[in-house]
Amino acid sequence: MALDSKVPSGPIAQKWDKHKFDMKLVNPANKRKYSVIVVGSGLAGASAAASMAELGYNVKCFCFQDSPRRAHSIAAQGGINAAKNYPNDGDSIYRLFYDTVKGGDFRSREANVYRLAQVSNNIIDQCAAQGVPFAREYGGLLDNRSFGGALVSRTFYARGQTGQQLLLGAYQSLSRQIGLGKVKMIPQTEMLDLVVVDGQARGIVTRHLTTGKIESHAADAVVLATGGYGNVFFLSTNAVGCNVTATFRAYKKGAYFANPCYTQIHPTCIPVTGDHQSKLTLMSESLRNDGRVWVPLKKGDNRAPGDIPEAERDYYLERKYPTYGNLAARDISSRAAKQVCDEGRGVGPGGRGVYLDFADAMKRLGENVIRERYTNLFQMYERITGENPYKVPMRIYPAVHYTMGGLWVDYNLMSNIPGLHVVGEANFSDHGANRLGASALMQGLADGYFVLPYTIGNYFASTLRKPITTDHPEFKKAEAGVRQRIQELLSIKGKRTVTSFHRELGLLLWEYCGMARNEAGLKKALAKIPEIREEFWKNVTVLGEDKDFNRSLERAGRVADFLEFGELMVQDALHRNESCGGHFREEHQTEDGEAKRDDDHFAYVAAWQYAGDGQPAVLNKEPLVFEEVHLATRSYK
Amino acid sequence: MNLTLRVWRQKNSDDKGRLVDYAAKEISPDMSFLEMLDVVNEELVKNAREPIEFDSDCREGICGTCSLVINGVPHGPERGTAVCQLHMRKFKDGATITIEPWRAKAFPIVKDLVCDRSAFDRIIQAGGFVSVNTGGAPDGNTLPISKPDADRAMDAAQCIGCGACVAACKNASAMLFVAAKVSHLANLPQGKVEARERVLGMIAQMDKEGFGNCSNQSECQAVCPKEISVDFIAQMNREYLKAGH
Repeated sequence: MALDSKVPSGPIAQKWDKHKFDMKLVNPANKRKYSVIVVGSGLAGASAAASMAELGYNVKCFCFQDSPRRAHSIAAQGGINAAKNYPNDGDSIYRLFYDTVKGGDFRSREANVYRLAQVSNNIIDQCAAQGVPFAREYGGLLDNRSFGGALVSRTFYARGQTGQQLLLGAYQSLSRQIGLGKVKMIPQTEMLDLVVVDGQARGIVTRHLTTGKIESHAADAVVLATGGYGNVFFLSTNAVGCNVTATFRAYKKGAYFANPCYTQIHPTCIPVTGDHQSKLTLMSESLRNDGRVWVPLKKGDNRAPGDIPEAERDYYLERKYPTYGNLAARDISSRAAKQVCDEGRGVGPGGRGVYLDFADAMKRLGENVIRERYTNLFQMYERITGENPYKVPMRIYPAVHYTMGGLWVDYNLMSNIPGLHVVGEANFSDHGANRLGASALMQGLADGYFVLPYTIGNYFASTLRKPITTDHPEFKKAEAGVRQRIQELLSIKGKRTVTSFHRELGLLLWEYCGMARNEAGLKKALAKIPEIREEFWKNVTVLGEDKDFNRSLERAGRVADFLEFGELMVQDALHRNESCGGHFREEHQTEDGEAKRDDDHFAYVAAWQYAGDGQPAVLNKEPLVFEEVHLATRSYK
Repeated sequence: MNLTLRVWRQKNSDDKGRLVDYAAKEISPDMSFLEMLDVVNEELVKNAREPIEFDSDCREGICGTCSLVINGVPHGPERGTAVCQLHMRKFKDGATITIEPWRAKAFPIVKDLVCDRSAFDRIIQAGGFVSVNTGGAPDGNTLPISKPDADRAMDAAQCIGCGACVAACKNASAMLFVAAKVSHLANLPQGKVEARERVLGMIAQMDKEGFGNCSNQSECQAVCPKEISVDFIAQMNREYLKAGH
């Protein structure tokens, strides 16, 4: 099927304005006649739910956490980009747009990215008005810092807790609407199916996580804001509850899953220490403003870092990328770390680590300045590792952090199923094959505050829907399916725990579909995943009952979805016979080990269509047309 | 490390609940406290015994989901640390560790170590926000805010809403939680417009939820994973008096 991106015509700078004018409006007095379901309450979900409720729509918002304030956006540390050009260093909407397209290795949709850059400034204004305590200069104006993949300082921040403060801003706006009765908030509830009636998304089936109650909810439109699928790797920087279930169930109901192989491996995380680990912890990219990344020059150099003289250190990012240095883009920095570790020059137990050293910055600026900038990050590091980063360099290693792939959406953020909208990390739209630092917060809030509230009105005003209730047979069918699956999981009564399957899948994907991929490895994974899945459905053990608080059951359902989704991800990685951004195919690299794209054959979005269990997914392509940015080899040298 | 855990087990809010002993064997000092519980749970499941339910999500100290009282102290022995970031190297080999849920009338227990903290959400809904709709906000730099004011607002805004303050207080008071939000917004010009309605609304809701009064013993500050200062309670009280009550 041909995918229509619905990108408006005209010059790129005028597309969004033109589109806003062309879109149909809903009479303010009629907005209360429309209902919207929002699944997820992170930056995208909470901002969308609050903004739509302010406009007058009736919103039902769901989250699996016990409170909407706990969505994983809260853990974002470093900051949020905007093209304000407050530091007078030459930033502009066009430059933010350009950097993002380039950072994404020319695999994103230009018009969406331009709009993102355009509304970035409104986000900062909106958040400041909500009382988000952004960092300030002594004169009282907003402070900025630098992030990877950019040569300007455009990142706004609130200490090392920017995601927390932005999310609390959105949560507070959402809370206000809950108090006013315009949003019905339903926490501790997981979406287990999407309901499509007459080709339109009309509702969801949920399970309440403390009572086990299965329920149907009907609406005029459904918005998924359910985040990314990084936990398919078992170990990632995501919260332990993050999962792919909502978007994957939508995929199985016909929504296309775009670019699942684009996963971001973040260069600065605390290295893995043992099998017991349940998650990995990120150390904000902002640390690369002052920290210098290095490894010993010689293989197997076991001296303490302080005993290695300057001449015997390899500051490999500064050496390889003199222009961007320690602020090279994420995918590039991650691969460079893997490379030096593969060469046997990694540090720490197991040799999978590199130093992030603040000694020079402390000498130059004083320990106090470093303390002021990064206190909470340094404390977090010390708590986890037991080492004091003021005295010895941090040890870091890349870890799965973000997923650029997601459900396919058009310019209106609507999937190929009419009425099903997808916002934030859950969609595929803005980051191409690699996301730049401080752009996830920007995209989540752009979608929720400034894009979806407009485009959803256009959907309501330009389509007809039959009035339905949850008594419709499609709801009954979906509910029955959900119940049956739960019973199946409970009745297996096998020998292995849910976690053991999740870990097995994660290790396999990290090995063959992680930082570097090749055809042989991907084929191996493609053969192995169905075996793990088969064993799961024969031998998993899920204790307890369904009508009860039962975390094992919750996790079992999510891992079952990961076991199917993982296969789709590998299939996508195998088909994309080029390297781009976070998708590094070893067969396609330049002489010095950089990603080599194949624009002639792969300048498209791969949107996968479910074709039935046991059937390979069907590939649909949206060609990517670059009218503004000249396709070029990405260089941070 | 080998440890003995005395864990609160309670089937649901109607059940009476009791402490049950479990052995935690071959625990690495590099594990976080919750990873240690993961290991214990894996063993339980392998032996067809229902795992211990406890809350956690981000496991990096910011989402505020985790909530364990360890040897009588909410979030355990390390200051300024949520239990998800507490590591086993802080415990001695062979120790007996008692693990209980938050205990407060306003936080009913759901199961085992999990309690219902929705009262906090209702307090925020009663005024813990600035009433600005999306769109139409002036440029972020039109309203300069002095660095000390912004920093002070941020000190208060860091609250992760975990509820340890309530669990630590013998009156199960939520004053530190409420004060953190009241002060965050009261320290910023954006929040001043509605300061009166906010403090009155939030405190009325706090009382309605069944939280107690401040005990003036600062137990809340001592256990707060973000080390939020009780000075903010003083600020909230001033705001309350200013509001004409």
